[in-house]
Amino acid sequence: MSQKEWPLWEVFIRSKQGLDHKHVGSLHAADAEMAIQNARDVYTRRLEGVSIWVVESKHVHASNPDDSAAFYEPANDKIYRHPTFYQVPDSIKHM
Amino acid sequence: MMTDSPMPAPAAAAPTPETPAQLFAYVLQLADTSLILAHRLSEWCGHGPILEQDLAMANIALDLLGEARSYYQYAAELEGQGRTEDDLAYLRSAVEYRNPLLVEQPNGDFAHTIVRQFIYDCFHYHLLLQLKSGPDAQLAAIAEKSVKEAAYHIKWSSEWVIRLGDGTEESRRRVEKALGNLWRYAGELTTPSATEKALQAAGYLPDYAPLQQQIDAHAARVFEEATLPVPQGVFMQKGGKDGRHSEHLGYLLAELQYLQRTYPGLQW
Amino acid sequence: MLVKLCLRGMETLELTQEEQFQARIDADVRIEPKDWMPDAYRKTLIRQISQHAHSELVGMLPEGNWITRAPSLKRKSILLAKVQDEAGHGLYLYSAAETLGASRDQMLADLHSGKAKYSSIFNYPTLSWADMGCVGWLVDGAAILNQVPLCRTSYGPYARAMVRVCKEESFHQRQGFEIMQTLCEGSPEQKAMAQEGLNRWWWPTLMMFGPKDSESPNTAQSMNWRIKRFTNDELRQKFVDMMVPQAEFLGLTVPDPNLKWNEAKQGYDFGDVDWEEFWNVVKGNGLCNQERLQARVQAHEEGAWVREAALAHAEKRKQREEAKAVAA
Repeated sequence: MSQKEWPLWEVFIRSKQGLDHKHVGSLHAADAEMAIQNARDVYTRRLEGVSIWVVESKHVHASNPDDSAAFYEPANDKIYRHPTFYQVPDSIKHM
Repeated sequence: MMTDSPMPAPAAAAPTPETPAQLFAYVLQLADTSLILAHRLSEWCGHGPILEQDLAMANIALDLLGEARSYYQYAAELEGQGRTEDDLAYLRSAVEYRNPLLVEQPNGDFAHTIVRQFIYDCFHYHLLLQLKSGPDAQLAAIAEKSVKEAAYHIKWSSEWVIRLGDGTEESRRRVEKALGNLWRYAGELTTPSATEKALQAAGYLPDYAPLQQQIDAHAARVFEEATLPVPQGVFMQKGGKDGRHSEHLGYLLAELQYLQRTYPGLQW
Repeated sequence: MLVKLCLRGMETLELTQEEQFQARIDADVRIEPKDWMPDAYRKTLIRQISQHAHSELVGMLPEGNWITRAPSLKRKSILLAKVQDEAGHGLYLYSAAETLGASRDQMLADLHSGKAKYSSIFNYPTLSWADMGCVGWLVDGAAILNQVPLCRTSYGPYARAMVRVCKEESFHQRQGFEIMQTLCEGSPEQKAMAQEGLNRWWWPTLMMFGPKDSESPNTAQSMNWRIKRFTNDELRQKFVDMMVPQAEFLGLTVPDPNLKWNEAKQGYDFGDVDWEEFWNVVKGNGLCNQERLQARVQAHEEGAWVREAALAHAEKRKQREEAKAVAA
């Protein structure tokens, strides 16, 4: 029973032309080709996709949740990045 | 992997008075073939070597079942006697079934199932490529839809033949054993029955010789990559397409038809 | 002394972490794989999610039984697609558990050794075609009641897997009800088949919600962590209230002499589950416990050489490609 498991792959699916690939879950496969086919069989049984990406899970690097304050909070006070920060006179159209 | 050598243009259709009846018999043969193979594959459901492949085999079985239903419905229409798809599938005996011997062979181990599937997919895919531009509009429409599914099937089973052939010693031994057992049923697929010969003469079916070449070319590529020798000089069995089956079909039908036979004439 | 102080300092830090964690849960903020979580939360989740995954996997067997005997081509397609969905659901759930650091191999090993449990309902046999109706209508109906609240469960990957499961599950219950309805509107033999199925499946289905609240010690903690959102008895009551009118619609009799509408509580009073039977099946003494497990072990063991071969081939191919790259 010391047999090696097939590697784990993360699956991303584009549900429609024009949309981003979205993470849908993971699966096991011996190689990339099989991972794509398995993704097709597992995650697109109900017309959920038009394109599939697979990435071996060990190659995914993630940010550390402990960094979230340093990473994301500095954006909180940059309200001038949002269009609603600016007052436009009512008479000005198409802006 | 699926570049196909050019085929001669189909001969113009020249139907005879017998063509409708022959077409009915042939469509039924296609239906029986898809149903029996789907049934065999569905026996794997819940017992596959890994969950991901359980799903893959069920998908192929569902494709084939859908294809079988299209053929049965069309056959029922061609016959025009008021029989339904279920009457044709559930109320005909083994000697009336017209599937080739290959598809009724038991699953055996995974290698046996893969080899059976591979032999069938090679034939099925290349046949559908021809049928989809044939003169019968309905048959062409079914083939048009099914060929996309079959393209996936042949990819799946070809890759598995390669993996098992060029995998471990054990997988190679098992795939060789399966080939030894199943290759003798390959010939029947492209050996025309009387019905098929008549439909070929009437321009409804392609000549099987060029089809055989395409099949051989694909199989040779796969066997080479799988480092497997192409089986040679095997005596080819036949009879399924004429209703002379192996013993396995009777058991399969007993299970398949059990409820319809026990409670005749009911809706389910 | 200094060391001791430091340790105490860490303890308080830990405590705050745990408090912070609970505060996020209380605010309905999802927990994601890399977030800090208490060990017990992780362990409980792995146990719950893998049990759920095992249930899907073993749950394929009683229905898989009838794929080859389905009475029409339409029913055959539906049943095969349904059982295949269960394989998919098992896979989504194993994936969710894997984000917590459990490996599928280990989870399967625990299932095969009997250490991990799965839903006892699948240890009952499927004996007639009506059982395909009962499993879809009753068993999936009960499962949906359990599962819909889990779409909002606190652990993100679990909740997302459950959203997918529930979306697909909705056809399962309907097809089960349709089978029952067709039987009930059919011949007297078919109607009798449907009633006999209900007689066998009613009580085991009620057992699916688990022991009485008073005997379910983990419920409080699980509700606190929002990995469980209703108690066993609440869900059981909800199920009975939902199912009795449907059985009446079908013209079937629910096999419970104590079943009675209670105007005051606006729900049904119903008889007590046979808890002795419940615990017996949990302990492995159901009619099919051994067969079900045996079937899973066999599939896994007989698949070992296939999985090995695929890996060996992938490795060979990789080495060939690397050699080619070096040569070029």
